Amino acid sequence: MASVEAEMTDNSKASNPYSRLMALQRMGIVHNYEKIREYSVAIVGIGGVGSVAAEMLTRCGIGRLLLYDYDKVELANMNRMFFLPNQVGMTKTDAAVQTLSNINPDVVLESFTLNITTVDGFETFMSSLKNKSFNPNSEGTGVDLVLSCVDNYEARMVVNQACNELNQVWMESGVSENAVSGHIQLLIPGETACFACVPPLVVASGIDERTLKRDGVCAASLPTTMGIVAGLLVQNTLKYLLNFGDVSRYLGYNALKDFFPTMEMKPNTQCSNAACMERQKEYILAKPSRDAAAKAKMDADSLVAEEFPIHSENEWNISVVDDDEPDKVSTITSGSLPVGIMHELPSADKFESDPAPAETSNPIDDLEDLRKQLDALNAD
Amino acid sequence: MEGWDPTTKSTLTQIPLLTIKAGPRDGATWTQRLKEEYKALITYTTMNKKNDNDWFRISAANPEGTRWTGKCWYVHNLLKYEFDLQFDIPVTYPATAPELELPQLDGKTEKMYRGGKICLTVHFKPLWAKNCPRFGIAHALCLGLAPWLAAEIPVLVDSGMVKHKDDAASSVEV
Repeated sequence: MASVEAEMTDNSKASNPYSRLMALQRMGIVHNYEKIREYSVAIVGIGGVGSVAAEMLTRCGIGRLLLYDYDKVELANMNRMFFLPNQVGMTKTDAAVQTLSNINPDVVLESFTLNITTVDGFETFMSSLKNKSFNPNSEGTGVDLVLSCVDNYEARMVVNQACNELNQVWMESGVSENAVSGHIQLLIPGETACFACVPPLVVASGIDERTLKRDGVCAASLPTTMGIVAGLLVQNTLKYLLNFGDVSRYLGYNALKDFFPTMEMKPNTQCSNAACMERQKEYILAKPSRDAAAKAKMDADSLVAEEFPIHSENEWNISVVDDDEPDKVSTITSGSLPVGIMHELPSADKFESDPAPAETSNPIDDLEDLRKQLDALNAD
Repeated sequence: MEGWDPTTKSTLTQIPLLTIKAGPRDGATWTQRLKEEYKALITYTTMNKKNDNDWFRISAANPEGTRWTGKCWYVHNLLKYEFDLQFDIPVTYPATAPELELPQLDGKTEKMYRGGKICLTVHFKPLWAKNCPRFGIAHALCLGLAPWLAAEIPVLVDSGMVKHKDDAASSVEV
């Protein structure tokens, strides 16, 4: 893709880098492929999954990519795709920009070498997502989608925090430490479960849990699993951005059994993340307009179909209830728990409110006092 | 807490639990949390000194209390091995634990992530998650760093990856 700012045309000349992609339009899969040039995607974590996802989006001709990582390329990364041995020692963001700009100079690349979990890194992360210079007319933030390709819980919680606060749709991806399973998940603040709504749990993976961690090995990785998960992630991204097919809410991949589970998760009404709770409230408030829009669409679709009762009798008074109704959710608490296991969350629907700070003295002076006490202990 | 030794258990019960759920972006409530952190650290350090089990120094490296630096040490075969200790308070604290770093050991052991972050995934992170927001920095040191040092330092010393500072100095003189 040597041409700078190549026009996206569907002529099938060998010199047209986008001819095979534009053919998607002629085949009726995508209505307007060219729209991809207007989209911005942020990729957090340029490792085994993130770098491959970045390359796929670059080859698809995405408008703009924002890349975040604080790490450097190492020889130990060479069992995965994308990075080259001669890039060892470069920051992952710089190495990625080098390769990606060679592959497709049409893509606007912005790289951020920082740790998003620190206070300063988080501020930069947030402001870069809010920056609308690429597409000033866009609603919401300056990016259309955030892809989380990080390898740890802490960083995922940070992406979750930022996206909940900004009301930003994002997708999470992960590969297990034993390299034989992975998943992708779509997170729409307020509408789907956020990353803090459901605490991570060990799902039966078909292998003995005790073998997961062998002495001296913190993680294994395979280019295949990473590539498959990156492929699933970018496929879902394209479907979401270009509006075709069904966008998966959750798609798992178990390599040992070739099992691809899918599911949907509703937000936790007692989520410990305050921003998530706010988004949930907004989502519930917007229900009437959402229903009206859905009804209008249904009416338009079924204009010809005559309405009549499916069953002429209803002996047992069975009726269909909308399961989106939040106040109809019954709270079932199991009475008997194994010894030593306690309920962490309160049984009430309202989340336990924080204890009000009851101190009257100036908190800053007090803090100074405590700091001096610790310093005194540290001195000897 | 299955599998923890009785000493650690009894030490842990004496460290005051924290109550305020606040992170570095929460303004005044973070100051309240910071006070609780200090109180727990003061109690823990005092207790260690009293029990002749003093093993770390830690203090805030900035006024906001988001970066902490200090030292920790471990005695193996009657020799004391001392290391720099540092960590940042993550923006999602206390939902996520601080990542404790021993930068001098970076690259010397596989039980470590980039930048000298010790691996806490199995022995500590689940405990932290279950006890949020009651655990603080003092608990992270007691249940995260102490067992890591006890497991890793003997291996590192015996394999020659870590040398005692006297040995290192004398080998230079020769």
